[in-house]
Amino acid sequence: MKRTGAQIITTLLERQGVTSIAGIPGGATLPLYDALIESKINHILTRHEQGAGFIAQGQARITGKAGVCLATSGPGATNLLTAIADARLDSIPMVAITGQVTLPMIGTDAFQEVDTYGLTLPITKHNFLVRSTEELLEVIPEAFSIAESGRPGPVCVDIPKDVQTAEIEFDAWPEPGQKIPPMQPEPSDIEALAAMLNKAERPILYVGGGITAAHCCSELQQLARQNNIPVACTLMGLGTIPADDPLFLGMLGMHGSRSTNYALQEADLLLAIGVRFDDRATGKLEEFCPDAAIAHVDIDRSEIGKLRATNLSVAADAGLVVRQLLPLTNRANRAEWLQRIAELKAMDPKMHRHEDTHPLGIIERVSEIMGEGSVITTDVGQHQMWVAQHYPFRKPRTLLTSGGLGTMGFGLPTAIGAAMASPGKRVVCFSGDGSILMNIQELATLADLNLPVTVIIMNNHHLGLVRQQQELFYGNRINASRFETVPDFAALARTFGVRGTNLGSETDPKSALADALSGSGPCIVDMPIDHVRNVYPMVPPGAANYQTLEGAAHDY
Amino acid sequence: MTTKNNTAKQDNPVIELHVKNHPGVMSHITGLFARRAFNLEGILCGAMGDGRTSRMFLMVNEDKRLNQLIRELERLHDTICVTMRNDVHVDAFNPLHI
Ligand SMILES: Cc1ncc(C[n+]2csc(CCOP(=O)(O)OP(=O)(O)O)c2C)c(N)n1
Repeated sequence: MKRTGAQIITTLLERQGVTSIAGIPGGATLPLYDALIESKINHILTRHEQGAGFIAQGQARITGKAGVCLATSGPGATNLLTAIADARLDSIPMVAITGQVTLPMIGTDAFQEVDTYGLTLPITKHNFLVRSTEELLEVIPEAFSIAESGRPGPVCVDIPKDVQTAEIEFDAWPEPGQKIPPMQPEPSDIEALAAMLNKAERPILYVGGGITAAHCCSELQQLARQNNIPVACTLMGLGTIPADDPLFLGMLGMHGSRSTNYALQEADLLLAIGVRFDDRATGKLEEFCPDAAIAHVDIDRSEIGKLRATNLSVAADAGLVVRQLLPLTNRANRAEWLQRIAELKAMDPKMHRHEDTHPLGIIERVSEIMGEGSVITTDVGQHQMWVAQHYPFRKPRTLLTSGGLGTMGFGLPTAIGAAMASPGKRVVCFSGDGSILMNIQELATLADLNLPVTVIIMNNHHLGLVRQQQELFYGNRINASRFETVPDFAALARTFGVRGTNLGSETDPKSALADALSGSGPCIVDMPIDHVRNVYPMVPPGAANYQTLEGAAHDY
Repeated sequence: MTTKNNTAKQDNPVIELHVKNHPGVMSHITGLFARRAFNLEGILCGAMGDGRTSRMFLMVNEDKRLNQLIRELERLHDTICVTMRNDVHVDAFNPLHI
């Protein structure tokens, strides 16, 4: 058969099962956009390429399959970079396709030429510069296979315009790229792990996004329950065990509960699965779990021993390891250890039901209205940490948040992608008045699609988390973290044709919130909050996790 | 993908890489060093057989980050094999020989 490069790309994407891609066209992708007309693939026109990158991420974070985004050469590609880097740090499968100037023009500083290969090299799992139309038949399936296999991640495929326009003759379509099945762990490693666990008196499971990626939440919970092991989650691990499970310790680290960080301090075995000892989780590494033997399970061998020496390491898929571990671990009641944990928990500040205008109150109200299993996205800042600490996540893939890169602007476009991937379900994005403006243009995309997305802006007229750190660690010298101008977000939403409400001026804020979370289509909620509120507890950056700062009573 | 250890003479450590041969592979490899401000003391590289793969020798200084670097080199999609060599003479990298 005879096909152009552009036709080959769209057909290979279809064969890969891709039903929608987000992007913005430009000179170097025009052939591809022309081929898309004939394709079954639905194109989502965003208003900024970063929005397209995060829409792809939203889809991928829900489905576990690679999301696809599309940008033209030069500024289109550079606009994608943040979303690609974000996917890399959170191990999210994604295929970013970028147009490039024609092969003879590469290296001449042609109009809209940028070295996309060089720029994406350190922020992708792998990247390609396609040098001929024939190569597409190999590269496109391989990009999906790489993105989804092992530790997932983003793959960038840079495709010169003449590669898209050239026509080639070939016999058959290649097989779609497949996820390569993970390698089996060594049975002796599993036995050693079981022996460590059976001998431990004060073990803690420290789990993260690797559990979600390996689809082994129920096995993890089974392991925790049959052996009575308390579970501390990273930000990326929230939802792998229900928040109301008695063994759930909450989030560890910088904004983790004090009891969780103290319990880790007393543990004699840290069973770390699908985590990478990130500094936000461990605090000062030398003082993290000082008395514990460390067993580390991760699919990426280069994560093991990267930061913390281990007593036992298993470089394998978390699901395979946990499943094989289950029959080898004894039942244990660990009454003493659980009693100690209960004592520590009793020392945490008491949580009462918060008033509606309190940031934690609004999180409570939203969680009361939304069904269990609803998808929540966040932006980055205080609101993100409040959601992580307080929203009762019970299922994996229900908290979509920028963990590793901490990208403001993540929340809205990711919510759009998540809503596309969960038809009929409302997605809530918690944002701040700083973060929301970073990708506010995607309100237009949201209006186009009329998706059930509710954005709740916790409006403190500040870059709240920056202000908090200036207050606590820079002698309250507040600089460049207070906004002079804050738009009327409800009115702004309406200019995009989206419902908008300000809970501060509603006569019945309760029913206004309920309305915002129901009905059809999107809604933007401006929720004024007191700017002096801080996120507590907090471990100062660089300090050990037991050096927790507690707030005053009104902060809880 | 495996890491073998051949110990012999005391010289600078040399990382031998067997990699897929294409224009970007060198950047992938050197990028892992550059991001850590880790200097490469010498580089030797050449295509093998039909040109689909190449062999690369990187001379480095002893450094406690080497183990991590090797793991990340192994992780690269283009890497076929990484071997630590202690038997390559520093003269092999001497530019004056060319
Ligand atoms: C793109 C980007 N720029 C800067 C930062 C640094 N930063 C982290 S939190 C924060 C403040 C966020 O403010 P806002 O979105 O209003 O949330 P709040 O903390 O007030 O809840 C800033 C500037 C970042 N994380 N991302």
